[in-house]
Amino acid sequence: MTTLDFTPRPGAAPLPRMILAQAGAEVRAMLRNGEQLLLTMIIPILLLVGFSQAPLIDVGGSRIGFVTPGILSLAVMSTAFTGQAIATGFERRYGVLKRLGATPLSRAGLLLAKTAAVIAVELVQVVVIGAVALVLGWSPHGNPVWVVLLILLGTAAFSGIGLLMAGTLRAEATLAGANLVYLVLLGLGGVVFPLTKFPAAVQPVLGLLPITALTDGMRSVLAAGAGFPGGPLLVLACWAAVSLGVASRTFRWE
Amino acid sequence: MRAGDNASTRASDGRAPGGAAVEIRGLVKRYGRTTAVDGLTLTCGTGEVTAILGPNGAGKTSTIEICEGFRRPDAGTVRVLGMDPADPALKPRLGVMLQAGGVPPAARAGEWLRVVSRFYAHPLDPEALLDLLGLTDHARTPYRRLSGGQQQRLSLAAAVIGRPELVFLDEPTAGLDPQARHACWDVVTGLREAGVSVVLTTHHMDEAEKLSDLVVVIDHGRVVAEGSPQELTGAERQLRFRARPGLNLDELLGALPPGSAAKESPSGRYIIEGQVGPQLLATVTAWCATEGVTTEDLSIERRTLEDVFLELTGRELR
Repeated sequence: MTTLDFTPRPGAAPLPRMILAQAGAEVRAMLRNGEQLLLTMIIPILLLVGFSQAPLIDVGGSRIGFVTPGILSLAVMSTAFTGQAIATGFERRYGVLKRLGATPLSRAGLLLAKTAAVIAVELVQVVVIGAVALVLGWSPHGNPVWVVLLILLGTAAFSGIGLLMAGTLRAEATLAGANLVYLVLLGLGGVVFPLTKFPAAVQPVLGLLPITALTDGMRSVLAAGAGFPGGPLLVLACWAAVSLGVASRTFRWE
Repeated sequence: MRAGDNASTRASDGRAPGGAAVEIRGLVKRYGRTTAVDGLTLTCGTGEVTAILGPNGAGKTSTIEICEGFRRPDAGTVRVLGMDPADPALKPRLGVMLQAGGVPPAARAGEWLRVVSRFYAHPLDPEALLDLLGLTDHARTPYRRLSGGQQQRLSLAAAVIGRPELVFLDEPTAGLDPQARHACWDVVTGLREAGVSVVLTTHHMDEAEKLSDLVVVIDHGRVVAEGSPQELTGAERQLRFRARPGLNLDELLGALPPGSAAKESPSGRYIIEGQVGPQLLATVTAWCATEGVTTEDLSIERRTLEDVFLELTGRELR
């Protein structure tokens, strides 16, 4: 049998190395999970192809130009909210968060690692969805900086809501709830169905949903080449501040 | 075993500089109206293996999880390596094995261990550790597809990979087959030889007897006995034999030297305690002969830790 030198030599690794290791593990877990891939890749791409090619919606202009920003927003929601909520809920259930709490990786380090992993997966989604859209004749407009800003604030808002669910509900409830919210927001948030199709009375309310703010902002920049999307960014910032604030107070690690 | 060593550590009462690995004074932990830990006081020596024994619900896991920083005490003081258990600076110095879980079900054994190793400045080689614990062939297997014993061994590997000074193992051998238990014991022995302090909980008396310098029996959230395995089982020996049930033990005791004790437990099995020697043996066999009683399986044994444990915590199931 091998012998190992167990002589104590304790010490924490440098924070960046810890975060990189944990973020790598989270990315691998997300990309290997079939259900997650369905949500983050397959459904968005099917919707992109379907709604841009078939005459299902009347948008009064380029269908691919209308649909692509919505699908990119959906991709952000699927990873930052649905995927993260479900994965974190089960990590809590299986004692993974508890066990990580016994390592030198701090809670803040863990959250940074999760955020880095979400952004890395979003990058893959943007590249794949963007490539498919370009093949389908998409020609994006606008300043990419506004797009990055929208995606980052959207990620913060959706992560906050996702972690709020994962940290308070049972894992099964999070699983069901996160999928339900995904479907409802997909239908109501202007992802593929234009908001103008809804009754005028509910439109302002729908406009305050995080997904609507994100799709609005993305569409204003990418489809119309508009400038700084102040309104949508403000809505997303409010969602992020409230959800992350409440989540940090209510999150139960076990 | 170093009975003398741990006796002196405990006598120091933790006042010696750098003395105790774990120092618990008057610890209380309540969950609603249940008091899980009820004024527990305990000192675990540096470089020693401390085994915490107790029936289910005795407060073992609560105590260990307070030391690990997972729970806060309701009263009392706990110092781990001289620090508050909640101090983040303690994390790199501790190794923790939870009673169950802690690993993402889809994570591959080897990959997960490598990730954990990246949290530490001077980790052990994950491959060597997998090899030591017989997990090399399962390095690519997802955690959920490992057997219970393999999952336990992976958790043990993660507890020691950061080269900690103090390791907490909550029921490390629960559900292990004999080979895996021995592999776990080898790790604990190796840790002790390297000067690592180990605190473990167990239901296996032989494990506590074999591995530990200090055995602490807790029940209803309090320490009911502590000492080296030798101290607990005592120098006292027992004479055991089987015979027909219902012998008149008072009459037998009358024939024995004062200070002897006799009991029938369970029916048909007799235990005589006292000055167990040739004289006592002769007296008992002579008494049996005059009573026309045939004895079987007559033997002289040391009390086992299990005898002591059951005496202290009772036999009723809970």
